[in-house]
Amino acid sequence: MTAPAVELSGITKRFPGVIANDDVNLSVAEGEIHAVVGENGAGKSTLMKILYGMQAPDEGRMLVGGTEVEFSSPSEAIEHGIGMVHQHFMLADNLTVLENVVLGAEPRRHGLIDRKAARRDLEALGASYGLDLHPDDLVETLEVGERQRVEIIKVLYRGARVLILDEPTAVLVPQEVEELFRNLRELKARGHTIIFIDHKLEEVLAIADTITVLRHGRTVATVDPADVTAHELAELMVGSELPTPSTEPRVADDHVTLSLHDLSVLDGSGRPSLDQVTLDVHRGEIVGVAGVEGNGQSELIEAILGLRQTSGGRLLLDGEDIGSWPVRRRREAGIGYVPEDRHRRGLLLDAPLWENAMLGHQTMAPFARGPFLDRSGARSATARIIEDFDVRTPGIDTSARALSGGNQQKLVIGREMAASPRLLVAAHPTRGIDVGAQAAVWENLRAARREGLAVLLVSADLEELIGLADRLVVMLRGRVVAELDPATTTPRLLGGYMTGAEE
Amino acid sequence: MTIRRILMAAAAPVVAIVFSIAISSVVLMIAGTSPLEAWMEMLSYGTRLETLVATANRATPLYLAGIAVAIGFRMNLFNIGVEGQYVLAALLSASVGAAVDLPAALHVALIMLVAMTVGSLFAGVAGYLKVTRGVHEVISTIMLNAVALAAVGYMLRNWLIDDTDTSLNMKTPEIPPSGRFPNLNGVVETFTREITRGRELWGFILVAALVGVLFHLFLTRTRVGYDLRATGLNPFAAEASGVDPKATVMRTMLLSGAVAGLIGLPEVLGDSYKYDLAFTRGLGFTGIAVALVGRNHPAGVAVGALLFAWLDSAAPILDVVGDTPREIVSILQGVVVLSAVVAYEVVNRIRRSQEARDAAYATRQTTAVET
Repeated sequence: MTAPAVELSGITKRFPGVIANDDVNLSVAEGEIHAVVGENGAGKSTLMKILYGMQAPDEGRMLVGGTEVEFSSPSEAIEHGIGMVHQHFMLADNLTVLENVVLGAEPRRHGLIDRKAARRDLEALGASYGLDLHPDDLVETLEVGERQRVEIIKVLYRGARVLILDEPTAVLVPQEVEELFRNLRELKARGHTIIFIDHKLEEVLAIADTITVLRHGRTVATVDPADVTAHELAELMVGSELPTPSTEPRVADDHVTLSLHDLSVLDGSGRPSLDQVTLDVHRGEIVGVAGVEGNGQSELIEAILGLRQTSGGRLLLDGEDIGSWPVRRRREAGIGYVPEDRHRRGLLLDAPLWENAMLGHQTMAPFARGPFLDRSGARSATARIIEDFDVRTPGIDTSARALSGGNQQKLVIGREMAASPRLLVAAHPTRGIDVGAQAAVWENLRAARREGLAVLLVSADLEELIGLADRLVVMLRGRVVAELDPATTTPRLLGGYMTGAEE
Repeated sequence: MTIRRILMAAAAPVVAIVFSIAISSVVLMIAGTSPLEAWMEMLSYGTRLETLVATANRATPLYLAGIAVAIGFRMNLFNIGVEGQYVLAALLSASVGAAVDLPAALHVALIMLVAMTVGSLFAGVAGYLKVTRGVHEVISTIMLNAVALAAVGYMLRNWLIDDTDTSLNMKTPEIPPSGRFPNLNGVVETFTREITRGRELWGFILVAALVGVLFHLFLTRTRVGYDLRATGLNPFAAEASGVDPKATVMRTMLLSGAVAGLIGLPEVLGDSYKYDLAFTRGLGFTGIAVALVGRNHPAGVAVGALLFAWLDSAAPILDVVGDTPREIVSILQGVVVLSAVVAYEVVNRIRRSQEARDAAYATRQTTAVET
């Protein structure tokens, strides 16, 4: 038996406060399509960055073709025949396909770029892999699928035998996905090895020869797609040995706090990314929103907050139409927000904690008095939040950047809860934080629910949804496709609705 | 903790200055002159009372320029148009000042108000273009600089020129004594000796100091200032917190322009009492460097302005004594800016990793107590 094309053993990578990869093992055989699946934050991207030389592992060994390697930069990975197609394309829009492909690896003659040789090589590559491209097209005129082919050819042009594709289907429409899969099979037939990162299970099952599942930075299983169903894969990804939030008796009353009627949002190209969603959240109720990432959940949340323009429908808070209100007025009216990406939407990383605690509440007591900030009020309120929500920090003057992910999240949740909102919109509130902090967040949500808070909870953690929510809705392609009772739902069933397998 | 923080904050500028002196010394040695001699000359000339007065006078507009730029920088807006804003404001406010006759305090206040309004409105054009049409402010303010300077030339020649003046120097009519800002010579002289005749310490330095204090209070004590800072630190989080990005852009540009409008007034109200061809230009661009050195902080900008002003004021001695070219000072200023930027980044990284260590320690400690 020949040595595996790529073998990673015992890979560990730590970031401050987070272990991204914890003793990960991955063995990819020569000439196979190997899928790496897992939730967002499970450590897939970190693992691939390590393999591609963008980050160095803290521990562990890497073998390529049986020999041990250590990469300090992507160019070393390329030398060993490993290439990566990034999720966000790295192409120069104003150059042609040909120019993009050779950029940085130009064939030279007498010190000048040998365009003839470049064109010959590109055409030969395109023909042999069935990758259909016109070398003289400007990249800015290409469709997304074509751009991706340019990226793949770029990697092949540099002599890669092992191709890493980071969520290649995330940006493609179904027809383009089919085209991509045809190309990948062609590559495989020519002896290339492909590592394919994804979390769309149906696709993975359709293309992969072997599947490795990551969860919370660890490899939990390596399976043959013939032996598993999408449901079983989803269960492997999400796991079931986690402390599960237990359901409590229903306390919701008839009062509707948030009401959406046919709410729609259009994306940049005019297609609906949120398509006529109708949904009520009652006082004292947690409504869970399940769905594979990118099916309209972010748009739903941003539309409620006022961060995204709606194209139609009505948005009512306690019966009042807030659809035309600016963000600030909605926040002041009592909408709390736990963003899905706390670094991007939730924190001022270089500001001290007490200034972070007032973010989103900076117009209200105890943080402000008239047009002025109430510094002492803000500082003591922050001290209370830190105390009540167990944020572990040397003090309130420490900058938010210094805290671990879990403590940052507790601060965000704490500041939203401390403002006693009427409605809390929470996206992935326990993503990327440790088990202890996770339990604390759940407890906070449940406590607030008992007090009559209405919660819209978007999460990728199905156990969390089933355990916390009073009601579940499933989103697929911008629509609410199912409404389920968590008491009678399993992750398996939920996964079916999320992928469109169940109707 | 706080002492360490102050030391860290002071470390960056000190390192930057030492580094720039070292670089400039090397340049001087390559040029074949003795650096030590040159520095000693500058030091002895630069500590004379008259040079210090000149330094303060030079620092006053530089500080205002630095603050005008810093206001924009604090929310990641690059107001490169400070130059055009202040020159336009100086011309128009000098003309208005000469045209009216009011009681002293009121007269000066009116001139300042006109200058701030003109600067503000002109900066507002760039803000408006950004908010409504998405034109990047760097592009629009650079273009508007050209517009402002051309407009100043046209208006001065055709509309605002002092017809009674027969010399070749085009100028606006002089502002009457009621519209002039008193100097501070008396105050200085009570502590030191008499200042050489013909030299005055401009009183406008007090206005500049007040602007700095107000800027600091605005940033740290007001809601609008917090919104502005939050937008600069993380525009996405600020938006989610309810800050209206467009309104913040508009506000910031108007405010930056208002301060920019004051830059020309120390000279107009304290020295020339008119706008003429000899009016000092280029302060808007130097202001960018001053803001960079001062890290956009009111106190830091003051240090930057004083440093630049002192170097400018002490440099002329190099032409008189020895054979050191005075242009060495320009090199020094340039290197100060570059090394300040680098030094701040280095200090910042050290501070961050220290903080992260402290935070990790705090986490461990509380855990240990619980178990």
